[in-house]
Amino acid sequence: MYFLAEGAEHNPILPIWQEIVVGGIAFIVLCFVLMKFVFPRMEQTFQARVDAIEGGIKRAEAAQAEANQLLEQYRAQLAEARTDAAKIRDDARADAEGIRQDILAKAREESDRIIAAGKEQLAAERATIVRELRTEVGTIAVDLASKIVGESLVDEARRKGTVDRFLSGLESTGAR
Amino acid sequence: MFGQANVLAQGAANFPPSVEDFYLPSILPWGAHNSYWFTKITFMVWLAVGILILFFLVSYRNPQLVPTKKQWFAESIYGFVRNNIAVDMIGHQGVRFAPYFTTLFCFVLLTNFFAIVPFFQISPNSHIAFPAFLALISYVLFNYVGIRQHGFVKYFKAALVPPAPWYILPLLIPIEAFSTFLVRPFSLAVRLFANMFAGHMLLLVFTLGGFAMLNATGLLAPVSVLSWLMTVALTFLEFLVICLQAYVFTVLTASYVQGALAEEH
Repeated sequence: MYFLAEGAEHNPILPIWQEIVVGGIAFIVLCFVLMKFVFPRMEQTFQARVDAIEGGIKRAEAAQAEANQLLEQYRAQLAEARTDAAKIRDDARADAEGIRQDILAKAREESDRIIAAGKEQLAAERATIVRELRTEVGTIAVDLASKIVGESLVDEARRKGTVDRFLSGLESTGAR
Repeated sequence: MFGQANVLAQGAANFPPSVEDFYLPSILPWGAHNSYWFTKITFMVWLAVGILILFFLVSYRNPQLVPTKKQWFAESIYGFVRNNIAVDMIGHQGVRFAPYFTTLFCFVLLTNFFAIVPFFQISPNSHIAFPAFLALISYVLFNYVGIRQHGFVKYFKAALVPPAPWYILPLLIPIEAFSTFLVRPFSLAVRLFANMFAGHMLLLVFTLGGFAMLNATGLLAPVSVLSWLMTVALTFLEFLVICLQAYVFTVLTASYVQGALAEEH
């Protein structure tokens, strides 16, 4: 009970002003240091962290977009290449058809030409033969006639008629 | 530290404990009973301030994007108050009050915590001067914020005149004025003070009670042990109260600020 010996009764609900002063100064010092040097830096760190994460997300999104764009590009190129290939194939097919037609036409022409040449030659040969035959037939006929005339020539008129008939008969045979 | 040691050393514990047990002799000048500038209480306040400043400055000397353990711990204290108190109560605007709330929370928590630290075993907050000062800051803060947000007249109109029929206003306005501008700071201070005061008193009762019974007769020794076991149990309860009161003080301050910022009450 030595506290009471002092005779100092305290009322706990009444603040001691010295303590208010000391506590106030101490708390204000604490506030000053923490609110000036610590917590703003924490906010900055938080912000930096958010930025870092969001930056990472943005970078990833950009990379994704670029990849998508490349994919589209490749797809477009592929489609283009496919159409090109189809076109080339069509062209080749058309070319081949053209060449075939050309060759066919040429072959036909050639054959026609050969046939025509053959026919011409045949006709020429025939004409030659006819010409030769005519002279030969004339000679033979004259020979024959001189033989006939030499042996049993009756009259001029009769001999004339026989030769003419013979020749016309020959001609009609040759024309056929 | 010294008063209790004296009491225990004398072997004759003054039981039941009285209010005077909260007012320990001064350290400088040594043993004086009516000098309050440098007592165990004010020493603990300075110690709390020193510990907090040191802890936060050291752990946040070189902040990294990927935090170290210490930095993470400091950040989670701030993050807790910032997100779970300031932003939850006030919303987006609450971020700018988070530094003060965190300082307040840490200070109250640590000074409260001295109540159960061996050799300290009393909280500075069991002296009403410290809670009163903190409550005064909260009071000034929420009024200042409200006046800045709405202007003097509009703020007091919003704070004092509830949306009610005119004939009931003469009754409501005094009640509102009383509850907002008188009861709030007072209850804030007294709630913290009374909790820490009562907690210390309880621990004293059970600790000194054990000694008192032991001194009275050896037959009561088992009851003394029971009494001391109760002290241990109550220390855990006290720990809960310590954390809870620090949280409540901060949350209420945040709630008052939120009320002052809100458009309508």
